[in-house]
Amino acid sequence: MSQNSAEHDFPVVDLQQLVKQLSSILADDSILYQEEDIRPYECDGLSAYQQLPLVVALPDTIEQVQKILQLCNKINLPVVARGAGTGLSGGALPYEKGLLLSLGKFNKVIEINQQLQTATVQPGVRNLAISEAVSHLGLYYAPDPSSQIACSIGGNVAENSGGVHSLKYGLTVHNIQQLKIVTIDGELITLGGTGLDSPGYDLLALMTGSEGMLGIIVEVTVKLLPKPKYVQTLLAAFDDVVNAGQAVANIISAGIIPAGLEMMDKLAIQAAEDFVHAGYPLDAEAILICELDGIEDEVTEQVAAIHTILKQSSAIEVRIAKDEQERIVFWKGRKNAFPAVGRLSPDYYCMDGTIPRKRLPQVLQAMEDLSKTYNLAVANVFHAGDGNLHPLILYDASKGQLEKAEELGGKILELCIEVGGTITGEHGVGMEKLNQMCVQFKAAELSQFHALKAAFDPKGLLNPGKAIPTLHRCAELGAMHVHDGKLPHPELERF
Amino acid sequence: MKDKNISDQLQNSVEQAIQTKTKLIIKAGGSKDFYGRTAIGKELNISEHQGIISYEPSELFITVRAGTLLKDIESVLAENNQMLAFEPPAFGDKATIGGTIACNLSGPRRAYSGAARDFVLGTKIINGQAEVLSFGGEVMKNVAGYDVSRLITGAMGTLGVLLEVSLKVVPKPETEITLVHQLNIDEALLKMHQWSTQSIPITASCYHQNQLTIRLSGTEKYINTLQHLIGGEVLTDADSFWHSVKEQSHHFFDSKKPLWRLSVASNSEITSQNDDTFYEWGGALRWIKTNTSQNETPHPLNGHISLFRSPTKINDTFQPLPKHLLQIHRNLKQAFDPHGIFNIGRMYQQF
Repeated sequence: MSQNSAEHDFPVVDLQQLVKQLSSILADDSILYQEEDIRPYECDGLSAYQQLPLVVALPDTIEQVQKILQLCNKINLPVVARGAGTGLSGGALPYEKGLLLSLGKFNKVIEINQQLQTATVQPGVRNLAISEAVSHLGLYYAPDPSSQIACSIGGNVAENSGGVHSLKYGLTVHNIQQLKIVTIDGELITLGGTGLDSPGYDLLALMTGSEGMLGIIVEVTVKLLPKPKYVQTLLAAFDDVVNAGQAVANIISAGIIPAGLEMMDKLAIQAAEDFVHAGYPLDAEAILICELDGIEDEVTEQVAAIHTILKQSSAIEVRIAKDEQERIVFWKGRKNAFPAVGRLSPDYYCMDGTIPRKRLPQVLQAMEDLSKTYNLAVANVFHAGDGNLHPLILYDASKGQLEKAEELGGKILELCIEVGGTITGEHGVGMEKLNQMCVQFKAAELSQFHALKAAFDPKGLLNPGKAIPTLHRCAELGAMHVHDGKLPHPELERF
Repeated sequence: MKDKNISDQLQNSVEQAIQTKTKLIIKAGGSKDFYGRTAIGKELNISEHQGIISYEPSELFITVRAGTLLKDIESVLAENNQMLAFEPPAFGDKATIGGTIACNLSGPRRAYSGAARDFVLGTKIINGQAEVLSFGGEVMKNVAGYDVSRLITGAMGTLGVLLEVSLKVVPKPETEITLVHQLNIDEALLKMHQWSTQSIPITASCYHQNQLTIRLSGTEKYINTLQHLIGGEVLTDADSFWHSVKEQSHHFFDSKKPLWRLSVASNSEITSQNDDTFYEWGGALRWIKTNTSQNETPHPLNGHISLFRSPTKINDTFQPLPKHLLQIHRNLKQAFDPHGIFNIGRMYQQF
């Protein structure tokens, strides 16, 4: 896969001199530049994109981050921030002539405030480690991306990560209260605060999901919730995905917001069943997993209501987990869906579009058609409650199918835009979806994004070439993508 | 409710303003004129730009034109047993959704469900170059591009003219009950902190003159159980009570003294006299009536202060921004409104 290269022109920096300058800020073992040392940083969770940086810096204090950024700003050296490197869109892919800023050493919980139900942590703290650190207080951190064992909170903020419980508990942006960031000129600033709002523009929200393009996150204060006292999970099977989609709408229309509402299609069910033996009904075209949490009385009432709704929505089978063990089994297949699908094929490519739920049958049908056209199988795992699709495209890179898989992925994302959705629900644009950004946004909107970035980073040193495509790129791409005889971005000069 | 699209007309007005170097004051119902500073320029009225563009109860969103009356939106949602979860104050019959979003004002439910900004899914705006731009969308999860919609929320019209907004809506609770406890303020704050760690479904709280009032929401059976657990006296006319808190028609707010708004950590020290303070949001929002000027009113360590209402307009209503943060605000203003025409001085004197 090719880089978004030749769009930026930064001066060539002498490595020896740079290492010398960094030595005045960091200990020698926190500056990596030999190929064998920097190789582990060549990609994030999207391993199809690989690039070695010029140098890797491993600071462990905010002052060091400030000094590194001051240096980069002075010598015009691009900076890419990296947390745990689990991102799925290439957002932490190094820049060839740049510095990779690893925040892995920022792994401490700074303060837990039981009364305010907040935890202040360094950005390299793992998502699940926060919940583990406050578990003894009966609290937890709600957003739970599938990578929560490994992913860091700094990366969660940079991507505005969701998870299987975001329908009820929201995304990262709804669950953080304060950020400390270092700007490209090395200033430490605080966004948000200890109260529920702060003066001026909502920069806390703007920073969330900004993919390392506006500043470096060096501290995060998250909101904590009391652990639900009672959790109940249902599993429903359908012989038609349309009915499954309708069941989701019927549950929401009944005024119930489940904690989680997940759907898997036939291929995903079969893969999961072969892998973890969760006892999923193999004759089903789709299954729904619906989880409710809260107080026992309330949950029991809602479970009964949902049971009825599922039956009325033509479910061929509805199971209610009879104990915690069975509940875990229901989830086991879903949570292992990606590796399970991975067993079916040498490689898979995970997409992340979001659609209005009512368009689900249409989108599933169109994806099936695309899958046939490209002769690549697609398994579907779906955060059904909030319309976030994760189609997994099965391919074999050794047979040269990567390009075909990418093209099919691109078509699926464009389909999401067509039905009124978006190209990314929670994985971010990164390096991966730059082309689809040209389809989702008009030139004036992209220009506005670039102007917004320049308000924080006038030289474009932070994570260059990611998240927002250049108009040049979109114009070139427009020459290849002609829909209904209409060129996107007709206002732009073609190159 | 009217259904009228005046986007083109508004866009033309902005174009003209750029050409003639005229500053614009974006206005609709005028219900929030009291709030913030006074902008300078010619009025750009968006009141006519009304109507629901799409509303899908089962998809939990509504998209409306900015001039749509808040009360019209609320009644359409109520017909489908849904509501705006941030319980926005209207401060008048003419309040529009545009002004509500521009001010990011949220009511009693805010501490428990989220602020206006938490429910904004997408916006369509006219920026300072007279371009019509769309950000976000109508789906719950969307991380394509920067979150301009939430940046616009609460920016008081300084970054652009809001044309449309898509909001997440939520089902109305099955039952609500309001309970009153007689306690001193320290006991009240302690109680609220205890309850909040116990998954008690509180959806509103306030404290004034030794009375802690809380609202619980949920299923009927559950609420009955909780009532016995928590105790307190049932308030019979609860809806009108919470309406009076939200709209500031409660007798506490009936005063000629300036009204200060303190947004602080809920366990912050108590610094003001009982009768002159009204607490909301579990202690995180404190209204103080005092004649002292802003210079004399200490800035809270754990939050910020603003002058919410004042019989006389004063220069600065919001807490000044630290130097570097102010510079970022100015840069963002420049990025969205390079000719400097929208609501100049409405929020801060500098932009």
